[in-house]
Amino acid sequence: MSQIHVSTKINGDATEYLCEPEETLLDVLRDRLGMTGSKEGCGTGDCGACSVTLDGRLVCACLVLGAEAQDREVGTVEGIAEGDSLHPLQKKFLEHAALQCGVCTPGFLVAAKSLLERNSDPSEEEVRYWLAGNLCRCTGYDKIVRAVLDTAKEMRSA
Amino acid sequence: MPLDHPQDLTIKDFKIVGQRPLRPDGIDKVTGRARFGADMNAPGMLVGRVLRSPHAHARIKSIDSAKAEALPGVKAVVTGADFGAVKDGLDDGMLDVLVNCMAQDKALYDGHAVAAVAAISQTVARQALKLIEVDYEVLPHVLDVDAAMQPDAPVLHEEAADESVPAGFSKNVVRRYEFGHGDVAKGFAEADRIVERRFKTEAAHQGYIEPHACLAAMGPDGQAELWVCTQGHYMVRNTCAALLGMDASQLRVTASEIGGGFGGKTTVFIEPLALALSRKAGRPVKMTMSREEVFRATGPTSSSSIDVKIGMTREGRITAASGELRYQGGAFPGSPVEFGAMSAFAAYDVENVKTVGWDVVANRPKQAAYRAPGAPMAAYAVESVIDELCKQFDLDPLSVRLKNAAVEGTTSSFGVTYGKIGLSATLEAARAHPHYSAALGPNQGRGLACGFWFNFGGETCVSLNVNADGTVGLSVGTPDIGGSRASMCQMAAEELGIAYDKVRTVVADTASLGYNDVTDGSRVTFASGLATIQAARDAIRKLCGRAARMWGIDEDAVIWEEGYAKPAGGNAGSFEPLSLAEIAAVSARTGGPIAGHTEVNADGAGQSFATHLVDSEVDPETGKVKILRYTVFQDAGKAIHPSYVEGQFQGGAVQGIGWALNEEYIYGEDGRLQNPGFLDYRVPVASDLPMIDTVIVEVPNPGHPYGVRGVGETSIVPPLAAIANSVSAAAAVRMTHLPMSPPRIRKAIEEAAGR
Amino acid sequence: MRYEAPRKLKRAVALLSAESGVARVLAGGTDLLVQLRSERIEPDLILDIKRIESMHAIAAERGGYRIGAAVSCAALGEHAGVKQLWPGVVEAATLIGSTQVQGRATMAGNLCNASPAADAAPALIAAGATVAIAGPGGRREVPAEAICLAPGRNALEKGEIVESLYLPARPERSGDAYLRLIPRSEMDIAVVSAGVSLSLDAAGRCSAARVALGAVAPRPLRVEAAAAALIGSDLDEAVLAVLAAACAAACDPIDDKRGTVEYRTEVAGVLAKRAAVIAQTRAGGAA
Ligand SMILES: Cc1cc2nc3c(=O)[nH]c(=O)nc-3n(C[C@H](O)[C@H](O)[C@H](O)COP(=O)(O)OP(=O)(O)OC[C@H]3O[C@@H](n4cnc5c(N)ncnc54)[C@H](O)[C@@H]3O)c2cc1C
Ligand code: FES
Ligand code: FES
Repeated sequence: MSQIHVSTKINGDATEYLCEPEETLLDVLRDRLGMTGSKEGCGTGDCGACSVTLDGRLVCACLVLGAEAQDREVGTVEGIAEGDSLHPLQKKFLEHAALQCGVCTPGFLVAAKSLLERNSDPSEEEVRYWLAGNLCRCTGYDKIVRAVLDTAKEMRSA
Repeated sequence: MPLDHPQDLTIKDFKIVGQRPLRPDGIDKVTGRARFGADMNAPGMLVGRVLRSPHAHARIKSIDSAKAEALPGVKAVVTGADFGAVKDGLDDGMLDVLVNCMAQDKALYDGHAVAAVAAISQTVARQALKLIEVDYEVLPHVLDVDAAMQPDAPVLHEEAADESVPAGFSKNVVRRYEFGHGDVAKGFAEADRIVERRFKTEAAHQGYIEPHACLAAMGPDGQAELWVCTQGHYMVRNTCAALLGMDASQLRVTASEIGGGFGGKTTVFIEPLALALSRKAGRPVKMTMSREEVFRATGPTSSSSIDVKIGMTREGRITAASGELRYQGGAFPGSPVEFGAMSAFAAYDVENVKTVGWDVVANRPKQAAYRAPGAPMAAYAVESVIDELCKQFDLDPLSVRLKNAAVEGTTSSFGVTYGKIGLSATLEAARAHPHYSAALGPNQGRGLACGFWFNFGGETCVSLNVNADGTVGLSVGTPDIGGSRASMCQMAAEELGIAYDKVRTVVADTASLGYNDVTDGSRVTFASGLATIQAARDAIRKLCGRAARMWGIDEDAVIWEEGYAKPAGGNAGSFEPLSLAEIAAVSARTGGPIAGHTEVNADGAGQSFATHLVDSEVDPETGKVKILRYTVFQDAGKAIHPSYVEGQFQGGAVQGIGWALNEEYIYGEDGRLQNPGFLDYRVPVASDLPMIDTVIVEVPNPGHPYGVRGVGETSIVPPLAAIANSVSAAAAVRMTHLPMSPPRIRKAIEEAAGR
Repeated sequence: MRYEAPRKLKRAVALLSAESGVARVLAGGTDLLVQLRSERIEPDLILDIKRIESMHAIAAERGGYRIGAAVSCAALGEHAGVKQLWPGVVEAATLIGSTQVQGRATMAGNLCNASPAADAAPALIAAGATVAIAGPGGRREVPAEAICLAPGRNALEKGEIVESLYLPARPERSGDAYLRLIPRSEMDIAVVSAGVSLSLDAAGRCSAARVALGAVAPRPLRVEAAAAALIGSDLDEAVLAVLAAACAAACDPIDDKRGTVEYRTEVAGVLAKRAAVIAQTRAGGAA
């Protein structure tokens, strides 16, 4: 079995790796590149814990082959903060206690960031539907939705 | 120190407790740096995978792993035989754990582990599993609890029942429990009306988002390290040591960050297998479960079948109540039916009450604890019948509950006489809330229900180290499953009179701290909190001693106030107060490091009660339910960090919504689980829900220095009932089978219409 | 297993035709990768069509739209033109999965995967959409209802690839709608579903209609009797009852983890009625 050589950009950094043809982007990130911020909650697209962006589109890294990332741009949770300054969403998640165990948090942050980039003033319903593919078993979503709405508000006034 | 009068401090003006500081592990968790079970690697690490039974019930005639072992890249294979040597020394409970982790002579459910391999890659491991030949003799199986109790049902174990079970029952009936007091026959005779009904609930899974994962490394010297996501790493250590025939001291277990547990991570599954593989292969072995494995082979909670009978006067006074509860707990004894039978009527002051619980085995995965184990189903049945009686008498359901509510001094149906409890306060809070009197539209209904949970304390050990720079390191042994490190920092800072961010709490490994019970029973904020406060007081005693030495006065002449050591009074002398930092800075010269410790088996956890209020709308043509509004009223005793208390309320309510409406284990005729994934095991998603409003009621628990009661579990007790009452009102038909999926609701509506 | 991502359709067809083992086209991968992981399939060749530029196009054609096979449902949902002409189809496509799944999933993949519960299928069938297929023997165009033959089995021959879908032009005063029943609000596979497309005459009477159902038979169904009930009517209660009865009569469902025979049969009619009313409103008729 021959491995595939892939050149891509992850969080803005040019990155190269070898992977098996059947390996997912999630496996590559976690096992080959040591980027364990993206989580595997299901491996089948159902939980959103592995959410990343691919050329700016929100996707499940577990439903993308590592080989598909050739010449694309991947964005992960590790790229959300700039240096040591947190993204407003990260701050609001902490302020609102929008995480309990925190395993779903990376996926929610990547997904919510992608929402706010498209829609700076989402309604509660829009937030809920956009995030419907991100499961959280701890919080009941209440505080997560509030954190996203509050971030949107703050970013609009900034 | 007023340790003997713990409630002294409940009246105190808190400075840090009750605030909402940012959690200490927060930044790691929002940046992706936090390390969960599957996020750890080791050099030379192998991948472990498990071969699972495709049959619900089968005798394992033989296992041939020769071909798998010969596959290049395979480094170890283990089967039931590898645990043969330790089996005889295990007690029944531990033996069940072993047999659940690795089948011995029979596969008892679809997904039961029969062999495991360690290989150099996922691909090789996967191939190796296909090369293991298992010769099964398929046996008849049974899944439903009522069916498993039939005398002619297929039998799982010949000798699992104990003497509590009367003769003549199926061997699948393994325990009988009975609770109550008074004379129920007399009580029913006094009732103006009696309602008796049968209810069924299906098995729900804890559904934590992080699958089980661990990394085991055992050297040729027999020393081992285990990194694992668990609710209790001491439990993991003790269990694994027993199953592998090791000394506990040889196994050091470190708890990773944990991605949810809700009771489901209070036992072991893959951990002993990873250790056994690592021992055989001589290399570290990482194992992670797939979501499918989580559903097929880890604990959901019991499915149940419950009969409840309640008699009431037309004024709404309950005269008698009885219940018969049947829970199947999967393939081994231990369903939470005992808790179900104890808690069923625990919210009420009933003169004549009796419950009987039957623990039943069936060909399903061994149930694991799930948040208030056993109580939600029991509350569903009881609260439904109360609701029905209120409707029949046209009485206000809230007033009826208040009239019958257990209060301080009530002898509960399970025997305990309550101290100060907050049920009535939650009901009063609900009555005062605008939700209670808001208008409803067509096809909408409102449901109300109460719930109870015991709460536990348990064995706890805490170490608090005062650093020379005036900061404090706190080591606890209870994994943080929802922000408990923040609460511990708050309590330590409060007690020591220092800033919140001067305290750092870590979850210590099993080699660094004495034994701690698992994080369950809503015990952490209570028990680790109590231990933290006591450790802080222990440290304060020592700080005072050091101050005394610095001043050259008697230890007894020093007191601690708001973060400072001060002379006790005029006679003690006149010295400038010394802060913790000032004392710590010179500790090397006054006797060395300063630390406080607590080792305690905490009791006095203080029961917690809640009232839930929910509005729903039913589409009568499709049977689909929408939850419109939800409010939780719960007694927290004292909310240390109110955000995380609210979070527990909300999370519990939403898990209850899932269980009530759509979550269930669905099996085929062949006994195989048909929905082992989140697409068809339907936990609530964000767009299913409204905001979940919360009202924190605080009736201090006299058993805790700050009045804390555990809050994590009570919140899942009322929702099944509250939602069922709401949906039954909206659909104008009593729903007696959970979950209330659209097809079930349609069917109930049709049947009620006489079609 | 090999992974290929050719830039030309011709090359893709050649690779696919030449493969002696099991080959699978990869569009969004939201079905395929799940099947790979479960080891339900172990293909020798995975052929990614997303590097083929033309497959990403949405182009106006003869008053309708041609949609490339690699267009994601999210991209489709952002296309104002298609949304305006065929709101029901876009609705169906954008119901598939989550935002994340939307970012990858394609309508062509939804059809080719041949699930009886596929959301795009009833809407496309009701719309009278056609499917352009490229293969070693050239290009052919078939109606959308011809793609799914049975659960998991589609009508493509060896070496064939769906190149695009075509949504036709439609007369003024036309509307379509798609509804599905799922127990949650999102992230579920349809228990039963219905798509209706219709046109009204100047008087507001239904002049043409197509009705299709999902998850009630081994393949998505076009129900001509249901459509016939609508034509010539103004969709009054009685007509809707006939429509519902025709739908129920066409159902041949199974009992499974998602629903029962009775439930599916009953609710198919309910959804068809509701979808018809929405389509009528969209066409500018009385609701
Ligand atoms: C979490 C989740 C939720 C989902 N929810 C829904 C839902 O609500 N409704 C629904 O209908 N489906 C749902 N699905 C299934 C899936 O997303 C859809 O069927 C989707 O439209 C498939 O498109 P795709 O491009 O991803 O297909 P792929 O996975 O790429 O392909 C699917 C199949 O079609 C073949 N194929 C794809 N494109 C072509 C082509 N151009 N020519 C020939 N063959 C081709 C592939 O070889 C494969 O066999 C869900 C899936 C997931 C993971
Ligand atoms: S791990 Fe990718 S969606 Fe769950
Ligand atoms: S915080 Fe635990 S799953 Fe979301």
